[in-house]
Amino acid sequence: MDFRLDEKAELLRKETSEFLDEVLTEEMLEGCHRSGTNHDPVFAKALSEKGWLALSWPVELGGKGRDPLEMLGYSEEMQRRNAPTYAMGTTMTVAHIVAELGTPEQKQEIVPRALRGEILIALGFTEPENGSDAAAAATKAVRTGDGWTINGSKMFTTNAHIADYVFMLARTNTEAPKHRGLTTFVVPLKQPGVEVQAVHTLSGERTNITYYKDVFVSDAYRIGEVDGGWQVMAAAFESEHSAAFIGEQYRLVNAFAKWAHETGGFDDGAVKSRIGKSETEIEVSTLLQRRAVCAAADGEDAHGLGSMSKLFSTERLEQQANQTIELVGPDSLRAWGDPTTLQGGTIEHMVRNAKGTTIYAGTSEIQRNIIAQHVLGLPRPY
Amino acid sequence: MDVKPSSEQQQLIEAFADLYDDLATPHAVQAAEPLGHLPTLWRRLLDTGVLEMAVPETHGGYGASLLDLALVAEQHGRHVAPAPLVEAQVAARLLVRLDATATPTDLMADILAGNRLVTIAVRPATDGVAGLVPAAAIADDAIVLAGDSLLLVSLDGRRTKVDNLGSMPLADVTIGDDAAVLATGQDAIDAFSYAIDEWRVLTAAALSGIASKSLEIGVAYVKERTAFGRKLGSFQGIAHRLADRACEVDGAELLAREAAWAFEADPARAPELAAMALGFATETARDTTYFALHFHGGYGFMLEYPIQLYFRRARAWGAVLESAARSYQRVAELRTTAEAGAA
Repeated sequence: MDFRLDEKAELLRKETSEFLDEVLTEEMLEGCHRSGTNHDPVFAKALSEKGWLALSWPVELGGKGRDPLEMLGYSEEMQRRNAPTYAMGTTMTVAHIVAELGTPEQKQEIVPRALRGEILIALGFTEPENGSDAAAAATKAVRTGDGWTINGSKMFTTNAHIADYVFMLARTNTEAPKHRGLTTFVVPLKQPGVEVQAVHTLSGERTNITYYKDVFVSDAYRIGEVDGGWQVMAAAFESEHSAAFIGEQYRLVNAFAKWAHETGGFDDGAVKSRIGKSETEIEVSTLLQRRAVCAAADGEDAHGLGSMSKLFSTERLEQQANQTIELVGPDSLRAWGDPTTLQGGTIEHMVRNAKGTTIYAGTSEIQRNIIAQHVLGLPRPY
Repeated sequence: MDVKPSSEQQQLIEAFADLYDDLATPHAVQAAEPLGHLPTLWRRLLDTGVLEMAVPETHGGYGASLLDLALVAEQHGRHVAPAPLVEAQVAARLLVRLDATATPTDLMADILAGNRLVTIAVRPATDGVAGLVPAAAIADDAIVLAGDSLLLVSLDGRRTKVDNLGSMPLADVTIGDDAAVLATGQDAIDAFSYAIDEWRVLTAAALSGIASKSLEIGVAYVKERTAFGRKLGSFQGIAHRLADRACEVDGAELLAREAAWAFEADPARAPELAAMALGFATETARDTTYFALHFHGGYGFMLEYPIQLYFRRARAWGAVLESAARSYQRVAELRTTAEAGAA
């Protein structure tokens, strides 16, 4: 057993840290926070110029061929520093699907531009009437000549207001069982019939609801087989399920510990214990995530392991946030952005932010169902 | 990075799993109560070399790593084994680290031969009394820190056995004037502190074993038992709580193993990881046994069912030193000291 990332991964972590020292500014972080959009064009440009948008992709697809452990070193550092990578992350996830499954024309249109950081792609799975049950999608795509006419709406299409495409799951067959009547499309957003409306959230993050009224896309924008969308989706969802939320925990406990040392709060046994417990939960979150990544890299079925990492890290983050404001007391209410806020507003903001983490990318209930069935071997839960 | 045991480590795990399966059955564990000592098991563990593992070749052992000891401790916990494994190993390692000339002649040979059982008081003595010393009800001697003196206290006539929640062979120990001095001053305090960090790690590993086996017992029960025409395990109210425990159980195991590994591979972090591991394993064993017992319904409350053996020990094995809250405070204190040192 060896619990260290290897040398190459530590090297990339260091490089990442140096890159962030140079490029990521307080102004960028504050700008992202104010706009509620986790994307900064200057940062994005720097990242693409560094050639780091597709670090993990094979070299023949235009990537850098970095291995899963190196990617951990990279992503742990990016998370720790709160780097605005979300829009680029969804873009590259979809671009990777296109690079693997797309036609030559699709690859030509999407992949090089994604690699250069010229386009953004949002995700369009969830709908107003269905969230966790993504396969219940009701947005319809109907064959029209050499293409498809799309009608419906998608919920929480984060970044759709700045994106060029939405990666959409649409119903193409109402007769087949629900998982077998879905098809995926890369739908250009800047066209008639598409309407993007802002949806504001508890954390200050801006997301969207997007409406599609008689939107025509050529068949060239279909990804994968007709009615084969669920298989395409499985690949896209897989990475979401293994994401641990460690950077948030790290930033919260740092702010809390700093407050405790500055105010004398550290002498309170309950405060001290909570700080040590948070540090411990960060360690456990890291171990669970690393285990899931290692298992996936070894070709093992890591579906349940990724869920364990996501569930543990987000549920504990919420407990940390709630207990931290109780221990800090009334002053913890002073909001991010208010001149009197504590520790740059990190603590107040994390109470808001944490709540989202147990909902998006698969709610805790979905993760628990997966773990119960796939890890514990229990019957399908009701 | 490789978070899985090597094939040699896997063999070690399986060998001890077999040994414990054979001798530490739930029935045997219950029969050894309330004292909590099963001489046949302890004899077999000694014959298998659990103390030789713990000490280096220079002292007649074969110097296994703390990680190997942790893997054995996991199996010990999985069987809630009534034998003084962790205390005896930690005490033997402490004696090795102390100046050998200070320890009585042939002590180590007697210990390794199983002729003399030496344990350790995990908390320093106050006013000449060491309270709730693990294995002191059955041992010959206990190493006790009193002030800045590390003493070897002969237990005969100086111990009062204490019945307790975990059916552990605990005793309160009164230090006499005849105690042998093993070390004094900062050296004594540092050596004791190191030994207790080792105890934290091995106890964390044992508690992670309790948690992991309890989860298996709970899961097996809810797969079998039916209510309202359905397996218990198909109700989300049950399945989801077990799913939460699964994350914690795996986390506790990984963390205890990482902490044990760090004693050789990353010593600067070892004390912090040891405290993390004990705090987390204590909470995990507590919560896992709580739900595993609870989902047995009334049967879980019966002495006849093994889950109560796990429930009680989960609350006792770590608590003889400190609560989870106290372990976490130690993490915060060590982190603060480390950061002050780095600044």
